[in-house]
Amino acid sequence: MIETRQTGRLIAHFLLIVAVIAMGFPLYYTFIASTHTSSEILSPPLSMLPGSNIAGAYGLALTKGASSAGNVSMTLMLWNSLVMALAIAIGKIVISMLSAYAIVFFRFPLRLVCFWMIFITLMLPVEVRIVPTYQVIVSLGLLDTYAGLTVPLMASATATFLFRQFFLTIPDELVEAARLDGAGAMRFFKDILLPLSRTNIAALFVVTFIYGWTQYLWPLLVTTDPAMGTIIVALKKMVNFSDADTPWDAVMATAILALLPPVAVIVGMQKLFVKGLVETEK
Amino acid sequence: MAQVELRNVRKTYPGSAAEVIKGVDVSVGDGEFLVLLGPSGCGKSTLLRMVAGLESISSGDAVIDGKTVNQLEPKDRNIAMVFQNYALYPHMSVFDNMAYGLKVAGLPKAEIAQRVGEAAEMLELTPYLERKPRALSGGQRQRVAMGRAIVRKPAAFLFDEPLSNLDAKLRTSMRMQIKQLQRRLGVTSLYVTHDQVEAMTLADRIMILNQGVVEQIGTPMEVYSQPASLFVAAFIGAPGMNFMDGTVSGGGHAVTLKTGEVLSLGSGAVASAQDGREVTLGIRPEHFALTPEGDGAHLTLTADYIEQLGADTLVHGKFGTGMLVVRVAGERSVAEGDKLALTATPEHLHLFDRESGRRIG
Repeated sequence: MIETRQTGRLIAHFLLIVAVIAMGFPLYYTFIASTHTSSEILSPPLSMLPGSNIAGAYGLALTKGASSAGNVSMTLMLWNSLVMALAIAIGKIVISMLSAYAIVFFRFPLRLVCFWMIFITLMLPVEVRIVPTYQVIVSLGLLDTYAGLTVPLMASATATFLFRQFFLTIPDELVEAARLDGAGAMRFFKDILLPLSRTNIAALFVVTFIYGWTQYLWPLLVTTDPAMGTIIVALKKMVNFSDADTPWDAVMATAILALLPPVAVIVGMQKLFVKGLVETEK
Repeated sequence: MAQVELRNVRKTYPGSAAEVIKGVDVSVGDGEFLVLLGPSGCGKSTLLRMVAGLESISSGDAVIDGKTVNQLEPKDRNIAMVFQNYALYPHMSVFDNMAYGLKVAGLPKAEIAQRVGEAAEMLELTPYLERKPRALSGGQRQRVAMGRAIVRKPAAFLFDEPLSNLDAKLRTSMRMQIKQLQRRLGVTSLYVTHDQVEAMTLADRIMILNQGVVEQIGTPMEVYSQPASLFVAAFIGAPGMNFMDGTVSGGGHAVTLKTGEVLSLGSGAVASAQDGREVTLGIRPEHFALTPEGDGAHLTLTADYIEQLGADTLVHGKFGTGMLVVRVAGERSVAEGDKLALTATPEHLHLFDRESGRRIG
């Protein structure tokens, strides 16, 4: 929608600016708060300009954290979150791509049954099956491990379905041409399907990375050792009922730190998105 | 360079009783260009795909280069196929598209580069080797698809309607290129099309299929001038052949039409045609001759509708219960409502059995 009249343009810009402020202000305020000391934060009004405690707040967060969160450094929490988010994202993509590949390109008995079995799991959210899943993880001795954190969240009906829909759009003749060229099943997957799926993979990576990064309930359950926690869980644990026991400067700094990796992933992947969209037109 | 032979090849899809291919026997000679022609759904593509190994053969044998290939994977049949929608790998450059099969086969890099280079040269694709297929025109993509077939140096080329995605002008020039290329390389070729012009211009021999049955195999001129059945007669030629019902008369030397006219079959009497036998008489629009009114005319036609094509004019008119089409020279002016007196030379009359539709004589 392009408005050419002056007043129309002004109104449009005004609305956009209001929206940007509404979206951006809380983030800005969090950042401002992370540069002041805890006592400054607790004695309003808080200045709208950055304070001088930036090193103190981030230093505290990155090294000691808070006593309520077990005094573990947020560097470790960031690392745990990164491992978890990456493992879930990559695991989801690998598993769902392979299962979609099997369902679409191979004729085997009970193919449709398999597809529907996967599809039906969409109906059950993590929360519904969380108790039995927890039981399984305990029995396998996977509490406080990366495997326990990630494996139960890897299988994904949604991603399988997405890849299936994409694979169905690949023309039969392309598959046949590859057969004539002598490409076997794995070769076809690697040389043709994988490069063609680049855009889908990038999109799915962003979505599942953020899904993994923002997990709260599951990591809270399967980790008891504070050193195995994720940054989201740690952030919640840092906040106490009483303001006096909460190191608000470190909390704000942690919140900012927790934001950065997902933002980096989106910004990084956006380039690939655009490139993929422009390039793989058939 | 090899023979391709089909021996009583049949195809039934699992779970269906109907046969799609009902016993095809044909032998394609070394370097021969055979066109499989027929309407949609006649089984011509299925037959080609059975040779390629993309469809299984229910019974009978496909033999390439003296070897029965029924059980072989497509890649082991020593054939190359060109698809209707080109089936190029969209993410690979022109070079990689052509080289892929050779890479998979594990040929040394130098040889791949040499073969692709030669093919690109032949197809005038050298300046485009680094481009992706989406940056090419339809004709160029088709040439890449051809190149992919050529670099493999196969025993046979299989073409599955390779030109139907191109516009009319490009189709004509690509047709010529394909023919010249095939001549030059001398590779046995099977070519599927529903376009009779493509079939007539490209083929050494044409095989006409109808509902999984071979109606006729012959050179383009044989198929045109001696159609083996009503189906072939109607399918080949545009506009199609005119058909009129009649009975044999005059001791097998003439046909009496339902409308009463008697057409002489000349001295070429039809031995098997007894007087009174029900036949369908066929005559092509271009084989009528105009005569001055009444001067020994066989038929008279009132022009209902006229199509001027430039070189020729097509005159449509009612005759009996059906329509007739007559092709006259473009310079002769005809108006709607004109009465045309027509003669037909005996050698251009085709007789078909009314029941079986097969040619008589």
